Amino acid sequence: MKPKAATERPKSFGLVAQFDTPAAIFRACEKVRDAGYLRWDAHTPFPVHGLDKAMGLKPSRLPWISLVLALGGAATGLLLQWWTSAVEYPLIISGKPYFSWPAFVPVIFELSVLGGAAGAVFGMLFLNRLPQLYHALFRVDAFAKVTDDKFFISIEAADPRYDEQKTRKLLESAGASLVTVVEA
Amino acid sequence: MAQAVALDLDPIEARPQLIAGEQSFNAITEAVALPVEWKPPLGWWIALALSSSLLGLFGISIAYLFWEGTGIWGLNNPIFWAFDITNFVFWVGIGHAGTLISAILFLFRQKWRTSINRAAEAMTIFAVMCALSFPGIHVGRPWLPYYMFPIPNQMGMWPQFRSPLIWDFFAVSIYGTVSLLFWYVGLIPDLATIRDRAKTRVRQLAYGFFALGWRGSNRHWQNYERAYLILAGLATPLVLSVHSVVSFDFATAQLPGWHTTIFPPYFVAGAIFSGFAMVMTLMLICRVVFGLRHIIQPLHLDRMAKIMLLTGTIVGYAYGTEFFIAWYGQNDYELFAFVNRATGPYAWAYWTMVGCNVLSPQVFWFKKARTCIPLLFVISIFINIGMWFERFVIITTSLHRDFLPSSWDYFRPTFWDLSTFVGSFGLFLTMFCLFVRFLPMVAMAEVKAILPIANPHHHAPAKTH
Repeated sequence: MKPKAATERPKSFGLVAQFDTPAAIFRACEKVRDAGYLRWDAHTPFPVHGLDKAMGLKPSRLPWISLVLALGGAATGLLLQWWTSAVEYPLIISGKPYFSWPAFVPVIFELSVLGGAAGAVFGMLFLNRLPQLYHALFRVDAFAKVTDDKFFISIEAADPRYDEQKTRKLLESAGASLVTVVEA
Repeated sequence: MAQAVALDLDPIEARPQLIAGEQSFNAITEAVALPVEWKPPLGWWIALALSSSLLGLFGISIAYLFWEGTGIWGLNNPIFWAFDITNFVFWVGIGHAGTLISAILFLFRQKWRTSINRAAEAMTIFAVMCALSFPGIHVGRPWLPYYMFPIPNQMGMWPQFRSPLIWDFFAVSIYGTVSLLFWYVGLIPDLATIRDRAKTRVRQLAYGFFALGWRGSNRHWQNYERAYLILAGLATPLVLSVHSVVSFDFATAQLPGWHTTIFPPYFVAGAIFSGFAMVMTLMLICRVVFGLRHIIQPLHLDRMAKIMLLTGTIVGYAYGTEFFIAWYGQNDYELFAFVNRATGPYAWAYWTMVGCNVLSPQVFWFKKARTCIPLLFVISIFINIGMWFERFVIITTSLHRDFLPSSWDYFRPTFWDLSTFVGSFGLFLTMFCLFVRFLPMVAMAEVKAILPIANPHHHAPAKTH
């Protein structure tokens, strides 16, 4: 498999192959992974159990984003309450110290949950590069079934191992019921 | 029927199948997308007309309140809180079942939740909207709630962070925000389904905009599933904290009947109890009206009834514990408050509460009762009534006999008390009517994922058991 010449511009986005069952796409993903492709993806109507492994994906980095924002939320809660109650406008309430931190725990907790949840949602969208309202795959008519009951593998022309004929053969041998070129 | 269900086993897990009917992904899409794509039946228009009329009543009641002040309610000295805060706690509590179903049952890997979680989460958001409107209006001074926000203002003052009322503001508003995020994340793949089926340009653009360009990528699903797990993990302690904080509003007061350490767990159990009753009421209607009987099966109703039996019994235990502690503590004021609850002027409300909340769910010990649809409907309504009365009893009976007998009084709701309460149902039901019309009310992607054929190691057709 020789790499494509760098000067040659890819005429298409790549190939997309349709599969009819979760079992079929599971086996096909293992084949594409083992063939050494890098710029490819599987598309399914629901998360297929074990497909991350079949594709050889690394674990998501999302928990770290969420953790950082949760800690940021907690720090915000602590600083906000300390500054407003003990520095900016100190008031004696029920004979308690100005910085009576046990009373501040509920708000610190709630703000850390808010931070963690925002981190999970917006971090997920960031890692997925969403919203992305247009994508070349949406040009393929059959691809509309990806949110219903069909399963797809897309291999991008930008992949170093991409070769329209050979890649098509690989997908067909993996059990695809339909293989089409995606226009760029 | 029960036997037919038992024989129809899941070929992988050898348990009763969670989804009846045709076992295909497309069948799920068609069944769930139907109510979003059809011309709604006359019944939907009637439901919407009635709900939005009530919503109009809510608007009128609030407008008159702002014009005239809280004097239009039956409040007096010492009963400064009555329907307003009762309704607030009632609605917040309703919301909790949605989070329980979407988060806690998810962490416990209860796959049956997928049939009902979307609608329950929607219910949570609408219930929190109703709940938040009451603290917003209950002082009759709608231009002042900004006092609760930690923003610099002309007085140079800040919220009092040692007050449970401000904890409550943070807890409930963050609960609403996180519930909305959780719900929306769950909706993204299903909105993409509706987008891909859209027949008109307007639908394509509207659903396409909110679907964010979702293309079912497994690289996306990986982060998506992780986000869902994190949200579930965060929402679980959040939901427990929210009703605990709501109970602190009362528990940190000195008033006998409020000053009780068992309030947080007791309030949380009551919240889940009332919320499940509301989910049950709504789901029993939806499964019939929208033809979703094969997705929301007797099996799901049976499990919801079991949770109602458990939480109802916890609530009953809490009522007993309150009395025991009042007697065991030998504090005259405390004992008087509880004896007065059961035998005083509000005894009718107290016994309504006990009858609806403790006695009526006891029929759910029997499997026949847990799968009898008319009975489930009636009991779920009883529980809704009982849980409203629980909050009314806690708030009003504790206030109406305070330390000074000369200020004892009795609260009678006025027309405006009732119209505001009934009107809040208008807001809730209008939102729910719009939800079932425009959004998929069952989480399609999640239901598909629990079908036996969704397992990549399932070899169709497995008809041998």
